[in-house]
Amino acid sequence: MNPRILTATTGRILRQLRHDRRTVALLVVVPTALLTLVYFMYVDQPTPPGQPSFFDRVALVMLGFFPFVIMFLVTSIAMLRERTSGTLERLLTTPLGKLDLLFGYGIAFGLAGAAQAAIASAAAYWLFDLDTAGNAWLVVLIAAVNAVLAVALGLLCSAFARTEFQAVQFMPVVVLPQMLLCGLFVPRGEMAGWLQAVSDALPLSYAVEALQEVGAHAEPTGTMWRDVAIVAGTAVVALVLAAATLRRRSG
Amino acid sequence: MEDAIAIRDLVVNRGRRRVLHGISCAVPRGSVTGLLGPSGSGKTTLLRAVVGVQVIGGGSVTVLGQPAGATPLRHQVGYLTQAPSVYGDLTVRENARYFAALHGRRAADADQAVADVGLGTAAHQLVGTLSGGQRSRASLACVLVGEPEVIVLDEPTVGQDPVLRAELWARFHALAAAGTTLLVSSHVMDEAARCDRLLLIRQGRLVADDTPDAVRARTGVDDLEEAFLRLIRANEAREGQAPPPRVEEAP
Repeated sequence: MNPRILTATTGRILRQLRHDRRTVALLVVVPTALLTLVYFMYVDQPTPPGQPSFFDRVALVMLGFFPFVIMFLVTSIAMLRERTSGTLERLLTTPLGKLDLLFGYGIAFGLAGAAQAAIASAAAYWLFDLDTAGNAWLVVLIAAVNAVLAVALGLLCSAFARTEFQAVQFMPVVVLPQMLLCGLFVPRGEMAGWLQAVSDALPLSYAVEALQEVGAHAEPTGTMWRDVAIVAGTAVVALVLAAATLRRRSG
Repeated sequence: MEDAIAIRDLVVNRGRRRVLHGISCAVPRGSVTGLLGPSGSGKTTLLRAVVGVQVIGGGSVTVLGQPAGATPLRHQVGYLTQAPSVYGDLTVRENARYFAALHGRRAADADQAVADVGLGTAAHQLVGTLSGGQRSRASLACVLVGEPEVIVLDEPTVGQDPVLRAELWARFHALAAAGTTLLVSSHVMDEAARCDRLLLIRQGRLVADDTPDAVRARTGVDDLEEAFLRLIRANEAREGQAPPPRVEEAP
């Protein structure tokens, strides 16, 4: 990797995003709109004594979901466009290294995901009185790491898609099972053993567990840091695998 | 004169179909060499082999004394793809500055390259809003900004107005006079006369490798289109009564 080329590539990707005002507006507005929906869904539900309210439980996990789903989609499409528009082939004839490109995407969309999570968290805490025992900045940090993971998975999956239609189909394949098994709908400890094993193998489960640790404990716990490290490590592995799918020569 | 590009017995297969049938030729340093042939004759495949992004089935391609695609060549070879490969959601200037950064050039160099291709007044326009001809010039600026020693251009003048086309050819010759080697493909025969040397390919085989004057002298006609027609007919006659190879479109 070359710091000058990595910086230029990150800047280029963010500049492309900045020119697309509608996408920026959607990135900012949609999570807050969905949180509003969730707030009014649960506003009249009684809270079982001694437990966090439904809204607190669901909204906290959703703050991790937003950047995960959206950055996965944005990245898959952006990378597919690089492939189909010929810019990828051209870039690979320049001094740019494969990791410069992939980490450029990781940093640029990771920052976008972090910004999105920060705005959504601000809405959750200030508008809807989200209550967590731990610090709100930890929630944003976990969401940002989650965004980087989504970017890495998106870059990897885009190698297996030839068209935008195919790329979009990877969302239900890669993202939905992770959401279903992450412990929001059924606590992981109550799942059948084989489902638990699958859940243990999916990185989003660790991101959700980390968020729940922040929800329950005033100070960052060892489990939380371990989970964050697992999510970040998975992201790095996915980026390296994605580099292996980039071929300078093709048929 | 030393050769910048040396191609020996180059064979390229696409799937089971042979696209280039053992081509041998050389491109002298500091010249403008035209690669001419009809659509589907293998021009793009040959150029891709020179920049090292094409998987080859046999033979060798040497550029500046190194095998095509070698890492140091990525600083020395510039490639203009046939479809303009620039970012439609960036301005002309932002595109040029990005490719400048990849090659370690300054922003001022990028602005100069944009002015050199006649896009000075459109520098702040998004590439996606430009006409086809302007877009391909934006793409050309991104090649020129790296000041490569070898420039490979795939149909750079398609869709340009005659005045601009003349200006671009004048620029190519100025670059060659300064020592740059240019390999320029075209399917328009009237551009052949502007080249120092000509490579004519048809159905993946080299039909002529000579200067325009030598081609004219050999065939006894002034018009290069007519001269090429005679060369092709003479070739077919030499190959005897065998049926002509099936014409297939390369992708």
